[in-house]
Amino acid sequence: MSTNILTKRIEAARAQGRLALIPFLPGGYPDKKRFWDEIDKLDHSGADVIEIGMPFSDPVADGPVVEHASLKCLEAGVSLAWILSELAARKGRYQAGIVLMGYLNPVLQYGLARFAKDAASAGAHGVILADVPFEESDPIHAAFDPEGLALIPLVGLNTTPERMALYGSKAKGFAYFVSVLGTTGVRASFDTGLPPEVTRGLESAKKAFDVPVALGFGLKRPEQLAGLHGLADAAVFGSALIRHIDGGGDAAGFMQVWK
Amino acid sequence: MKKGYFGDFGGQFVPELLMPPLLELEDAMARILPSKEFQDELKSELAHFVGRPTALTFCPNLSAKLGVKLWLKREDLAHGGAHKVNNTIGQALLAKKLGKTRLLAETGAGQHGVASALAAARLGLSCTIYMGALDVERQSLNVRRMKLFGAEVVSVDSGTKTLKDAINAALRAWIAEQGTTHYCFGTAAGPHPFPLLVRELQAVISREARAQMLDQAGCLPDYVVACVGGGSNAIGAFHEFVSDASVKLVGVEAAGSGKPGDWHSAPLSKQGTPGVLHGMRSQLIQTDEGQILPSHSIAPGLDYPGVGPEHAALQASGRAQYVSVTDDVALDAFIELSRHEGIMPALESSHALGWVLKNAGGLKPGSHVVVCLSGRGDKDLDIVNDYLARKA
Repeated sequence: MSTNILTKRIEAARAQGRLALIPFLPGGYPDKKRFWDEIDKLDHSGADVIEIGMPFSDPVADGPVVEHASLKCLEAGVSLAWILSELAARKGRYQAGIVLMGYLNPVLQYGLARFAKDAASAGAHGVILADVPFEESDPIHAAFDPEGLALIPLVGLNTTPERMALYGSKAKGFAYFVSVLGTTGVRASFDTGLPPEVTRGLESAKKAFDVPVALGFGLKRPEQLAGLHGLADAAVFGSALIRHIDGGGDAAGFMQVWK
Repeated sequence: MKKGYFGDFGGQFVPELLMPPLLELEDAMARILPSKEFQDELKSELAHFVGRPTALTFCPNLSAKLGVKLWLKREDLAHGGAHKVNNTIGQALLAKKLGKTRLLAETGAGQHGVASALAAARLGLSCTIYMGALDVERQSLNVRRMKLFGAEVVSVDSGTKTLKDAINAALRAWIAEQGTTHYCFGTAAGPHPFPLLVRELQAVISREARAQMLDQAGCLPDYVVACVGGGSNAIGAFHEFVSDASVKLVGVEAAGSGKPGDWHSAPLSKQGTPGVLHGMRSQLIQTDEGQILPSHSIAPGLDYPGVGPEHAALQASGRAQYVSVTDDVALDAFIELSRHEGIMPALESSHALGWVLKNAGGLKPGSHVVVCLSGRGDKDLDIVNDYLARKA
């Protein structure tokens, strides 16, 4: 099977001697129209991969910033069907790889096979399902693999090398390493230097995964990126972009800071 | 069958960051729970702290009125006033064996919060309770009780500000604090192994009730009836009877007001559909797009948009039937039992009783009916007084 676009985009950044940048924005945030303008800006401003959140009423892996933004999207009438059809209308428009991130239940109600088909044909390259651990991933792989849609694993500080190897055996696209034991938006315990447990975890992840490893959760300042070179291939920005937009900024300004 | 499944329901739908503590708990269930040392300690706590066995009480006055023989399994007599302590004392003991120093728990009405707080106090563990901001307001007496037992109560201000959001908050907190902390889940729901663990700890209800029926009535019951929110008292009341084919198992959900368009708490007996929430695949009250809807019941402990996965499986296999009754049916049952038998049931348990009072005419005359009286009703006096004032 050909290399997933997500892997290619991250490897291209590595070839340029930099970390790939992966911003996240909940689908339909801050409103249904402006959202797609912000995605355009992310794409034009150097995002290598863009994560689009699929809002869910009960996001247990997310902190208050992402939860609040997701609920606001749901109130504005955002649905998975809307995200997929709007994305399909823009197919081919983005240089960046596209990842959909969310929880299993909305995907199940949409229909797992139908989702895999529609997401792939809308131009998504991978999916993160925060509440699907390895134990429950077989049916997801069975639906995604034939469509070339990567199921991106989420691992963390408490994931043993044995469990990383399980995820590694099936990973496509990239692997997502969570830098703190907590939810999105939790402040990382490091400023510039990496704490030893994060370094150890990333080293363990690099061994377990053939695909690139992205580090996420808790990135707040550009200085934090410097310590990641050689350990991680990409950095994910979750709540930081939401905060930036809430503070009156836009995606272009946000990317400017991190590039 | 896949690990942690009851038929098509159950599983472990949690972020990978929660898998290590769940695997640790699975291991503890296999290794520690069955050990003689643990079982001896648990038996001693159940006897001397909880006050077990609880009575099986025959109701002569309502039986004469209804034409069936009505028995109550008296979980209202357990310490704390409800069955919840069977679970919390067991989980607190297990937490200690695992070297944890702290319990965290979610609570809706506050009954599980109180039961967790008193078990933690008994065993020298610290305790944090997550409770929806609306529930903190509605159930201030239970908040005070938890605090008196030394627990910290965290008010959860996100989402619907009720039980489902308290569970989300507790799961999030557990991610960060798993090293020192056991999540004392309150009902037979959530990710594996909680549905199994809570069932094992609540099955004492049916172990006792089965022996007491054989002793006091000389036969097995024809019906075992229990209210179902998450479903912990019901799974505890059903478990030992599941292999007795002659015993009919009836779970009674909360239909809310019963008015079309109003929220309810009856995913099994009304229009629930399969989905994934709080770590489990089960029947849920949700939109076509998979967003979880608010639930409602006059009984705060039944107010939950999901249900334990084993109940979904017992319904699918036909071994148990699930029905619902409205707020008013439960309130009338509360008043009937108080007046005719001198026992004040919790509004949750009043749903189970309400179904029997309403449907006794359709049961075979002389049937033995055991109702799990999951808790006492003192906590509900304000709600009942409001109802009586409205009726007057």
